[in-house]
Amino acid sequence: MTDPAPERTPVLALEGVSKSFGAVRALRDVSLELYAGEAHALAGENGAGKSTLIKTLAGVHRPDAGTVLLDGTPVVFHGPADARDAGVAVIYQEPTLFPDLSIAENIFVGRQPRRSFGRVDHKAVREATAALFRRLGVDLDPEQPARGLSIADQQLVEIAKALSFDARVLIMDEPTAALTGSEVARLFGVVRALREAGAAVLFISHRLEEVFALCQRVTTLRDGAWVASEPVAGLGEDDLVRRMVGRDLDELYPKQDAAVGDVALRVRRLTREGVFTDVSFEVRHGEIVGLAGLVGAGRSEVARAVFGVDRWDAGAAEVDGRPLKPGAPSLAMAAGLALVPEDRRAQGLVMDMSIERNINLTGLRTTARAGLMNRGAERSRALDWAVRLQVKYARLADMVGTLSGGNQQKVVLAKWLATDPRVLIVDEPTRGIDVGTKAEVHRLLSQLAADGVAVLMISSDLPEILGMADRVLVMHEGRLTADIPRERATEETVMAAATGRARSAA
Amino acid sequence: MTMTTKPAPAAAAGAPPTAGFLDRVLKVRELAIAAVLVLMLTATQLDNSAFLSQQGIKDLLLNATILVLVAVGQATVVITRNVDLSVGSVLGITAFAAGDFLHGGGNPVLAVVIAVAIGAGFGLVNGALVSLGQVPALVVTLGTLYIIRGLDSIWVGSRQITAADLPSGFVSFGHDGLSVIPYLALLTALVLVAAAYYLRSYRSGRDLYALGSSPEAARLAGVPVRKRILAAYVTCGALAGLAGALYLARFGNVDSGTGNGYELTVVSAVVVGGVAFTGGSGSVYGAALGALLLTSINSVLPSIGVSSVWVQAIDGVLLLLAIAVDRIVALRVAGLLRKRAAQTRSATHG
Repeated sequence: MTDPAPERTPVLALEGVSKSFGAVRALRDVSLELYAGEAHALAGENGAGKSTLIKTLAGVHRPDAGTVLLDGTPVVFHGPADARDAGVAVIYQEPTLFPDLSIAENIFVGRQPRRSFGRVDHKAVREATAALFRRLGVDLDPEQPARGLSIADQQLVEIAKALSFDARVLIMDEPTAALTGSEVARLFGVVRALREAGAAVLFISHRLEEVFALCQRVTTLRDGAWVASEPVAGLGEDDLVRRMVGRDLDELYPKQDAAVGDVALRVRRLTREGVFTDVSFEVRHGEIVGLAGLVGAGRSEVARAVFGVDRWDAGAAEVDGRPLKPGAPSLAMAAGLALVPEDRRAQGLVMDMSIERNINLTGLRTTARAGLMNRGAERSRALDWAVRLQVKYARLADMVGTLSGGNQQKVVLAKWLATDPRVLIVDEPTRGIDVGTKAEVHRLLSQLAADGVAVLMISSDLPEILGMADRVLVMHEGRLTADIPRERATEETVMAAATGRARSAA
Repeated sequence: MTMTTKPAPAAAAGAPPTAGFLDRVLKVRELAIAAVLVLMLTATQLDNSAFLSQQGIKDLLLNATILVLVAVGQATVVITRNVDLSVGSVLGITAFAAGDFLHGGGNPVLAVVIAVAIGAGFGLVNGALVSLGQVPALVVTLGTLYIIRGLDSIWVGSRQITAADLPSGFVSFGHDGLSVIPYLALLTALVLVAAAYYLRSYRSGRDLYALGSSPEAARLAGVPVRKRILAAYVTCGALAGLAGALYLARFGNVDSGTGNGYELTVVSAVVVGGVAFTGGSGSVYGAALGALLLTSINSVLPSIGVSSVWVQAIDGVLLLLAIAVDRIVALRVAGLLRKRAAQTRSATHG
């Protein structure tokens, strides 16, 4: 693959773009050039700023500094409609469909073919959708409402949507995360055809082999900053990973050895219909078990079911021999289970409440006397844990919403550690927090394990899983596909199990 | 992959009935209300043969027209996952404005236009507050409900418009019709059909469903969210204004209390008619049928000899029933889809 000649004008480009959200600098002086007929990969760890970059190209965010160039001319996208009209199609990681509308309407919303007097031509909408599905080789009914489609089917609808307006630029944010091998092959066929027809493609995937299979150039981001843009040819997977991580892994993952004790959490044949099936595993005291898998594999759902947020349909779970009941979180808490959820803003914290109140949400019973809240006990409990976890705050009475992401995560951890759990489930404990705090969270988890707590860590951050876990469980499409001890856990073995290429249940 | 436990035919056999069931559920909602309505009217007619006389039919339609009009506007707003509680106040103030204008010797057509314009103006205020202020519609329109009612009270004071103040042509327009069909009902039917056709056949109409179904997805799909919400509120306000003018024509009697509490009846009609309060589904036909059902109960009870004190309780029961049915159906559908997804998943990945 040769470098594009310098006189070629990129279809879409970013020049020196910066974007901040409050105190978080999501992008710092990033440049990117997308050429017609070329597939460009965007690499970087979670939180490196990939999604922000995409949303800038898609007109969702406007850059604080720098410019977006369309055919070499600076443009300002005032909203997603502007970007769409300029020929930019985006497939987001989380499908964004309208559950109440039919599949056909989802694809053509705002762009329906029209007949006289500007009326929507419903028949043409249906037929165009059917034609798109034939081209994609998909068997879906255009008239069916989008509600209830599987993630993979939703993703296919998104792809059909992007195809429906002959996009000049196609941006795909992990489109393959929920697809099977054959679906991926079909998608790649379509993308290659589009590229050969002159479309520019921006592709994001955590599966590095897909990057190498599909793309000609790759741009790497790290912590919101541009690291490199280079041809894929001549680059090895290791080179790419090094550019993405770019720091000493040992420092970030301070894993202490701990004495592994008795089984703390035992899950047997747990099933929730349509979500996960026949999941069995154990976590012992003093052990950190990583739960890896692709987005949508059902990892968080297992955690939620074990903790009792969602009901399970079959199977059993127990903590230190005490059976848990389906759909009973307070019983799970009483048994010594704690769950630090995936989405701290929506599930982990009450954003409008103070740090003190948030930490004490788990201790309303222990700090109350005769049914009345004991403010003194509350305050000392909150202060104790906030200090122990080194939460950076001005006053305990400050609203949690004013803290940075990393400090918010510490408050969630404090809230659950204050219950003195025997089993701690953490779901994406370091998503979207800065490197320094990340290392602190890792040190804390390691310390907890050393103190005999059983830790189950769900993470999409592969280096984190490899760096922290004593054992790695891998889920693929609702099933547990591998149980890999630390010595044998590598990026290769975990990804193989996560993508369903290997079924090596130990 | 080697775990072919469920063969593909299982999924293929499972899919079509589910799709059929879904289609039925989605289409049947309006039919169900229509069936209840027909059943109720037939039963009443059997019990009291004078019920569906010429005058009886005319009264049924006349009683329904104003509620149907406001319900159509309300449905447009509810489809976008919002609500307009100020419609009762708007109806009251526009009715008085039209009456005041006619009392001063104004042209009847112009009076209607004025009422519609005032209504649209209040709709614009509501829409601007909801779409720009990012404040829950329930609270905003509760506020404007009181503000408009307050303005009405200050302006109207203890004055009153009576039929004697109005031109006779305007009053007879409110009573007469083509054989059994009152002019008011014809006008309302026209508005209803136009609104339904617009919502179904225009991009901006489809956008209203889209943004009610998922505001975030609508934003990403480039739907001009604020503009659409504004338009929905203006439509709702304008229809409330039109309803105000028709109220004047029908009853000829307007004071500062006119339309008080009407918003709750309207919202009930819309919900009974199957327009989901969570947005994105339902139709104005459903809302109109809901309104017709609620007003018909008012006529049915006296003619079968039940005291009209029961009306409100029955309305409430209907409302709960409608919501319960919707919820049960939704849960069943969700369960079915979950099972089906599981089937196709194990079939394709087996």
